[in-house]
Amino acid sequence: MEKDYLLSVQDLHTSFFTDAGEVHAVNGVSFNLNPGEILGIVGESGSGKSVTAYSVMQILESTGRVTGGKILYKGDDLTKWSSSKLDKFRGKCVSIIFQDPMTSLNPVFTIGNQIEEAIKLHTEKKGAEVHERAAELLTLVGITDPEKRLVQYPHELSGGMRQRVMIAMALACEPDILIADEPTTALDVTIQAQILELIQDLQKKIGMAVILVTHDLGVIAELCDNIIVMYGGRICERGTAREIFYNPKHEYTKGLLKSIPNVNNMKEKLVPIAGSPINILNLPKGCAFCARCENCMKICLTDVPEELWINENHKASCWMNVKEAFEAEGGKK
Amino acid sequence: MSKTPLVEVKNLKQYFPIKTGLFKTEMLKAVDDVSFYINEGETLGLVGESGCGKTTVGRTLLHLYEPTAGEILYEGTPVTEKNIFSMRKKMQMVFQDPYSSLDPRMTVEDIIGEPLDVHKLYSSRGERREKILHLMELVGLNAEHATRYAHEFSGGQRQRIGIARALAVDPKFIVCDEPVSALDVSIQAQVINMFEELQEKLGVAYLFIAHDLLVVHHISKRIAVMYMGKIVETGTADDVNYNSIHPYTCSLMSAVPIPDPDYIRGRKRIVLEGDVPSPLHMPSGCPFRTRCNHACEKCAEAMPPLTDRGNGHMVACWVK
Repeated sequence: MEKDYLLSVQDLHTSFFTDAGEVHAVNGVSFNLNPGEILGIVGESGSGKSVTAYSVMQILESTGRVTGGKILYKGDDLTKWSSSKLDKFRGKCVSIIFQDPMTSLNPVFTIGNQIEEAIKLHTEKKGAEVHERAAELLTLVGITDPEKRLVQYPHELSGGMRQRVMIAMALACEPDILIADEPTTALDVTIQAQILELIQDLQKKIGMAVILVTHDLGVIAELCDNIIVMYGGRICERGTAREIFYNPKHEYTKGLLKSIPNVNNMKEKLVPIAGSPINILNLPKGCAFCARCENCMKICLTDVPEELWINENHKASCWMNVKEAFEAEGGKK
Repeated sequence: MSKTPLVEVKNLKQYFPIKTGLFKTEMLKAVDDVSFYINEGETLGLVGESGCGKTTVGRTLLHLYEPTAGEILYEGTPVTEKNIFSMRKKMQMVFQDPYSSLDPRMTVEDIIGEPLDVHKLYSSRGERREKILHLMELVGLNAEHATRYAHEFSGGQRQRIGIARALAVDPKFIVCDEPVSALDVSIQAQVINMFEELQEKLGVAYLFIAHDLLVVHHISKRIAVMYMGKIVETGTADDVNYNSIHPYTCSLMSAVPIPDPDYIRGRKRIVLEGDVPSPLHMPSGCPFRTRCNHACEKCAEAMPPLTDRGNGHMVACWVK
């Protein structure tokens, strides 16, 4: 069974070892990714969504470490790989694009230089072939006049253009998986629309799988087949886009959807989630969301809820669902 | 109109000199001939992409920049360099970044108390303290927070401190410059609700500057859309959103990621080609014509004036 998935993350734990102690950023995250699927990971700051993505790429900061679980790429656990094997894996099998295209490009090298570097590293191509491929990639991501752009430096391009260059670099070796970490957060809405459209087109054309990490529910709604909602380093809910938006079964997801303006009635009052975001230095024993939850029960404080199937396309980890199921069965224990 | 609006801006221009060569200076037209009004207790949303001049408008209103030309009227009185000190008792501002807009070496009490000190709005220490505690309660902060420093608070709470500071002089009008952009979604809703409650309670008017169109639509009665220093469309929030006329507004609205999968996947998006042109080399005529699908010859010749399309819905476009 396992081998069918392109990527299978099983019970992933990632911690950062800081002066203030061990910070449990990701606490038991599991998910599977099929070839060609667009998976959205949504959550607020500190929810562990980016750390999960970085763990898959094995590009955590020096203080961070995967402390438990497996990350299977085509059935092979990459947490056990040597760094030279990982070097070949990154870029060739999995690529990442970051939030800020200004800081993720090197200002002292030309665009061409940076794209060609990736091609030289991972393919057999040489000389003119490399240059040709770089120009081809720029055309692929919708940049006109690629020859001119290849000799320009990052500061000569606009934000949207830089993000296109980042995507071109990421696609240089036709990876199976593209991880997009808040790819449009730094961009304006009209430019954001262009980039999202591009990611969608490329996904169809090349057939790669995409993991889209973002805090923007609108972006998620537009692009993703399946959605994972994270809070406090754990997955609270997962399912198809329609299930998550129209049939949320975790109190956090429900709260999140109520705290954005209702498209059908813009003047309706917002219902915010009380309290402030979780401090991951000090995780509660039970459900991570218990301190802010309106329907918090005794058990929520002490026990982490198990993931429960809501239907075949939908899973949620909330004690409320257990309670409801229990009551539906007639209240017998 | 018989009633004078609370704040009125007439033909406001704000140019910045930019050195483009050794002896060459060019004018960057950040705000170019902008006019609008805000009634008492009303919220006007100002939207546009980065670099369109929306923040500059807000700052110029409070004379944080000296306007190049044009008039700013508060209840019919011109706001000038001479009377700005007393005007700031009536007009205040909340900034985008709750991290850099609070002095890290001051306690919350001193931050909120500073405007009271500056305008001498109390007669005794006791009254000062009382006023500060009242303001803190108003924005939902506990009295015990008074002696803490800004770094001890989360982003949402810091923004509350910034709002309490703006409210200290009991203003009638507040410029809110992207007040929720730096906050998480769940916290955003708390702060937006607070803005609305304060408006109901105190009757303040807001100029709400933001790039999140959903939030602006939710909070504003009227909206003005800016593109490259000019207002291209203005009207009631619903008109601008649902019956947009200007091609730029249409594409902007169609690009908003709406958190509703069925709706958004069925939507036809108007994707704009290219990027915003450099503000130093603005196209002639309508600044939007280089990216516009409807552009004709006339658009290159002159900037279209804002014309009324009914119900105060003003649009600046030759074609539509």
